[in-house]
Amino acid sequence: MADVLRLDPIRCDGYGMCAELLPELITLDDWGYPVIAPGPIPDRLLDHARRAVDVCPVLALRLQAAPAARRPAPVPTAAGAGGR
Amino acid sequence: MNTQILWFATRGAGIVSLLLFTAVVVLGVMTSVRWQARQWPRFLTAEVHRSIALLSVVFLAIHVVTAVVDPYASLGWISAIVPFASSYRPFWLGLGVVSVDLLVAVIVTSLLRARVGRRVWRAVHWAAYASWPLALAHGIGAGSDASAAWMIGIDAACIFAVVTAVTWRLLAGRPSADLPAVVAAIGRGSSREPGALR
Amino acid sequence: MTAPAALTRLLAGPPSQGGAEHLDAHRARLGKLPPVRDRREIVPVLEASGLLGRGGAAFPVGRKWRAVAERSAGDAVVVVNGAEGEPRSAKDRVLMSCRPHLVLDGAIVAADAVGANEIVLYVGSEHRDAHRALGRALAEREPDVRARTRIVAAPVGYVAGEATAAVHFLNTGDARPTFLEQRPHEAGVGDRPTLVQNVESLAYAGLIARHGDAWYRSAGRGQTRGTALVTVSGAVPQPGVHEIEYGTTLGEVATLAGITGRDASAVLVGGYFGGWATLEEVLERPLDPADRAPDRIGFGCGVVSFAGPETCGVRATAEIMTFMAGQSAAQCGPCVFGLAAIADATRRLAVGAAAADDLRRIDRWAGQVAGRGACHHPDGAAGLLHSALRVFADEFARHQARGRCSVARAAVA
Repeated sequence: MADVLRLDPIRCDGYGMCAELLPELITLDDWGYPVIAPGPIPDRLLDHARRAVDVCPVLALRLQAAPAARRPAPVPTAAGAGGR
Repeated sequence: MNTQILWFATRGAGIVSLLLFTAVVVLGVMTSVRWQARQWPRFLTAEVHRSIALLSVVFLAIHVVTAVVDPYASLGWISAIVPFASSYRPFWLGLGVVSVDLLVAVIVTSLLRARVGRRVWRAVHWAAYASWPLALAHGIGAGSDASAAWMIGIDAACIFAVVTAVTWRLLAGRPSADLPAVVAAIGRGSSREPGALR
Repeated sequence: MTAPAALTRLLAGPPSQGGAEHLDAHRARLGKLPPVRDRREIVPVLEASGLLGRGGAAFPVGRKWRAVAERSAGDAVVVVNGAEGEPRSAKDRVLMSCRPHLVLDGAIVAADAVGANEIVLYVGSEHRDAHRALGRALAEREPDVRARTRIVAAPVGYVAGEATAAVHFLNTGDARPTFLEQRPHEAGVGDRPTLVQNVESLAYAGLIARHGDAWYRSAGRGQTRGTALVTVSGAVPQPGVHEIEYGTTLGEVATLAGITGRDASAVLVGGYFGGWATLEEVLERPLDPADRAPDRIGFGCGVVSFAGPETCGVRATAEIMTFMAGQSAAQCGPCVFGLAAIADATRRLAVGAAAADDLRRIDRWAGQVAGRGACHHPDGAAGLLHSALRVFADEFARHQARGRCSVARAAVA
């Protein structure tokens, strides 16, 4: 059973501790907010992921059983060729 | 049990509790202002803060239990939980009881953080700022060693550490970004809706 | 450019300049709604019709209603979304102002179908004609409809019409999007299953309840069946709201708007959530959400905004990006800082005062903000920016490298 990391972007306050503890999957953007690699967490990193979830001072990070990685439904766009 | 040993245990554990508690407050401030150094990442501050908090609970428990069990101190369990109910220096002892009660609330809400929700957790955690001075006052008023020079030295060091930390916290202002202010500044720059229909 | 076939369904009846259609005229034209027991069974008909949502996401309406109906214990809520915060869109307010009874019909059918005992008309507070028209239309209705329906003024703002924002506002007065475990159809207004549906979608649903799914599917040229409202604006002689068949080409819409020859060079399709294209490349492309061709133009909320040769694409982009940055709900770091940085950089580019790597950086930032907010606001802005960088590539390069604008025909700084 694979788990995925889910971030609550409203709670997230840019502490950045998660990126320190799980650099393989989490990096910080230009403003100090986490960018999380999508997809299931490799087994060897699960303990590190749990530690990252625990350390977050604002409880913004959560471990969730895949495939329910809950995001709002994708919005089709009018972007032209090469879109996004 | 030999009442002398119990008495030493109460005093020793009490002093260690105060020192650990002081460290917890300082580390808590350092966490919230996002302090870091080259060899000391931010997560370490948060984790050490929690570890020392749990350690201080152990010493606090020893302090309270040995005091209650000590026949010479003649304190019942009630006076350890209900503030100002003791016969010995009820006011100064009571301050310690209030401090412990607040601390228990902080620890419990922290361990159950996911359940109680962020708002409740934050409100109770701020109570920790009140818990520390109460513990200090309890030691000064009810502690057997309070007038000893070395104890005064320890008290002074703890006060210095916490005052420095709190000042640091106040000067840091809002450690987290003020997102609404950033957006409002953009809004002021250009309020025209491009291409808006009348 | 050929003239499109006239196919009015929502806009059939008296001309829109005549104001709101009253209940008696509405009923004279369309008859009464089918009985309640038929309305309660409407979901399979909607699913068969293939009706897609008109709020921009084109989500199948029948499927959405089914999801709410399954969870409702008779206590569901229907939120009629008439916020229309998209600046270049006018279709929703025109529909509400001129055909309020079509909207009310749709809301009533929805309430019966999903088991709702409350209808909330969530109307953008700046759309005063729509408020008036809906208020009067509601007053004409039966007591039991009036008893469970209320009109609420939605705050002005781009994100106020987002589904979770609407629910949040109705619950707390705060119109900011939320990031909750439970979606509105599970727990929305008052923690009850909530259907948030665009006014145009509801208007079509109401007509399908009367005329059936085969009737609805009889229009449409491609995979997506039916008709839809589009708002045509920009450098056009005849701007306004039109009803077209899905699959109508952009060239036909240009003709509708009175464009001939070289009046326009670029077009924005879908609003600020959509993207730019050069007119040449999309003249023959159909306006169809299901169009999956590599050079598709999408549909979004039906905005078709033409830019003439006197429009500087860089300046237009800077204005739109500044607007989008200023409309952020200010809850998520990447959206706030990312869009602010993009807005600043595009503004610098527009006035010819770009820093050395501004152009490279805005592309990078756009990639960094998409998908990292609680709602799709940054995604829309990033998508629009990417399309602008492609369509106006030459102009951006000119502004970055030499601080000159081909439109202004001089140094812009």
